[in-house]
Amino acid sequence: MRPFPPVAPSPRHPVGTLLGVNVSQAQQKVATRDAYGDALVSLGKKRNDVVVLDADLSGSTKTGKFAKAFPERFFNIGIAEQDMIGTAAGLSIAGKLPFASTFAVFATGRAWEQVRQSVCYPNLNVKIVASHAGITVGEDGGSHQSVEDIALMRVLPNMTVIVPADGPETLQAIEAVAEYKGPCYVRVGRNKVPTLFGEDYKFKIGKAHVFNEGRDAAIIAAGLMVAEAIKARDILKNEGIDAGVINMSTIKPIDADAVIAAAKRCGAIVTAEEHSIIGGLGGAVAEVLAESSPVPMVRIGVKDTFGTSGDQEGLLKHYGMSAQDIAAAVKEVMRKKSK
Amino acid sequence: MAVTEDQLKALKDKARRVRIDILKMLTDCGSGHTGGSLSSADIATALYFYKMKYDAKKPNWKGRDHFILSKGHAAPLLYTVLAHAGFIEHAELCTLRKLGSRLQGHPDSKYLPGVEISTGSLGQGLSVANGIALGHKLDKTTNRVYALLGDGELQEGQVWEAAITAAHYKLDNLCAFVDNNGLQIDGPIAKVMGVEPITDKWRAFGWEVLDIDGHDMAKIVAALDRAETVKGKPTMIVCRTVKGKGSKVFEGKVEFHGTTPSKDELEIALKELSEETVCK
Ligand SMILES: Cc1ncc(C[n+]2csc(CCOP(=O)(O)OP(=O)(O)O)c2C)c(N)n1
Ligand SMILES: [Mg+2]
Repeated sequence: MRPFPPVAPSPRHPVGTLLGVNVSQAQQKVATRDAYGDALVSLGKKRNDVVVLDADLSGSTKTGKFAKAFPERFFNIGIAEQDMIGTAAGLSIAGKLPFASTFAVFATGRAWEQVRQSVCYPNLNVKIVASHAGITVGEDGGSHQSVEDIALMRVLPNMTVIVPADGPETLQAIEAVAEYKGPCYVRVGRNKVPTLFGEDYKFKIGKAHVFNEGRDAAIIAAGLMVAEAIKARDILKNEGIDAGVINMSTIKPIDADAVIAAAKRCGAIVTAEEHSIIGGLGGAVAEVLAESSPVPMVRIGVKDTFGTSGDQEGLLKHYGMSAQDIAAAVKEVMRKKSK
Repeated sequence: MAVTEDQLKALKDKARRVRIDILKMLTDCGSGHTGGSLSSADIATALYFYKMKYDAKKPNWKGRDHFILSKGHAAPLLYTVLAHAGFIEHAELCTLRKLGSRLQGHPDSKYLPGVEISTGSLGQGLSVANGIALGHKLDKTTNRVYALLGDGELQEGQVWEAAITAAHYKLDNLCAFVDNNGLQIDGPIAKVMGVEPITDKWRAFGWEVLDIDGHDMAKIVAALDRAETVKGKPTMIVCRTVKGKGSKVFEGKVEFHGTTPSKDELEIALKELSEETVCK
């Protein structure tokens, strides 16, 4: 296995100044929730309209960092996710920029209709940043492993859905959603993930990042599965297979141009996400392909089932989502292509 | 039926052994919820070893009383009493939270017989308890339904929707507990999002309310007996408890909500628990 792409300092973003957070020393491996907490603090310093809400999980979602820095702008609503979303909507009407956080399963599941009625329907400027998404929540088990949140948020009109792949991308995504006007959902994770992006990377809502184009198949991934996809690419390279890797961090609006270009170039697509294969990234990519550029595709993700207790590595294997599984999916989709 | 001194002594000892098993299991596993499992230990012990009717060999026996652990993160407590009651082998306790185990991080009725319903997302258990109680009312059966809620959990709106429903349907076959340990994850409840006065609230919602020391076995047992005599409304037993009850290592410490004991902390706790019975 090769190391991840080296981090090159860039003239546009001098080392250590992304959003004012010291990235260089913070991250070889960082949890995206930690990057979120840091991003909130620097945002809070820059803008005093930023307010943060949580539902008794501020230690886990890392909004606690903001609470410490700006206690008067932090509201712990208690274990009341529905109330938290409604309160966030009210704060945005009052001219504030609210970030509301809890675990993904509660933010998007428990409070779904509040997100629909009080945030998306009136098209309010509320940012929902949910942590502990996906199966790598681990030991807490299926009740806490959100594998439906992308689908639940993607279906809502006006909602933008972003799944950052690493710490630096999270920092930029938070900055971007703060600038953007309208409802946003940002999904972050519990566990540390490898840092993929250097200082030269520029995140843009709706823009995919192509790590390498590939010739035989393209892997379109999001979140921590991007790192798995890169590992898969490197496994395949040893076998003479040229797989492209695309980071589709904005799931809605999806970068259709990038999907179509990959389909045209490689003629076969694999999607990889820490989510149900129904309705998430795989669903979004399938919609684009079916309408605009039909090619064979295979979806890697949780296959219409719930999560279960376990450790990260064991769970990724159990659900067929490891780098090896992605590599196998690439071979499978290549066979489909040649038929 | 008055409880005998011997019975009380046995119940207290059972609660002590339940606490020991919870702590061993959590230390072994390295993840899980310590504080809220310990604070509810006396309540669960009284339910399973004094009051409830069940057949451990036939978990779905129609004549059973039902227990809903609405504060599902206290799963280690539920698994331990299920082991002591004979639903599962003690040996299985060491599989807690491991891949492939029936002992999921939060109770999962898909896998484990004896778990009435999967919980883990707070605020939903009382509604389910209402449904079971309504079903028994329809069938004119005498089974009783018990539910255990956290005090932080009372912040969930659904709890109060269920409170209205239970009183409206006069569910006197329902008895619920609040484990009033005064703590949630982010700190003391009074600081995060105050819920007091708890007893006044439930009374105003039309419930019979008992306010007891949740570590006094005689009081818990008496309250359970009393609840059975209440007619025309559901009963809420508000239990004043100490989070992490059982050892000074954990008692009243908010950080032990979701952290497990180290080997050293376990040693200290086991020493305390072998020397004395925690509950009165
Ligand atoms: C709907 C929902 N929101 C958040 C959580 C995360 N969570 C687990 S335990 C807990 C605190 C519970 O406090 P309390 O009800 O007082 O329980 P206890 O003190 O008895 O452990 C929270 C917020 C959850 N499990 N479900
Ligand atoms: Mg509590």
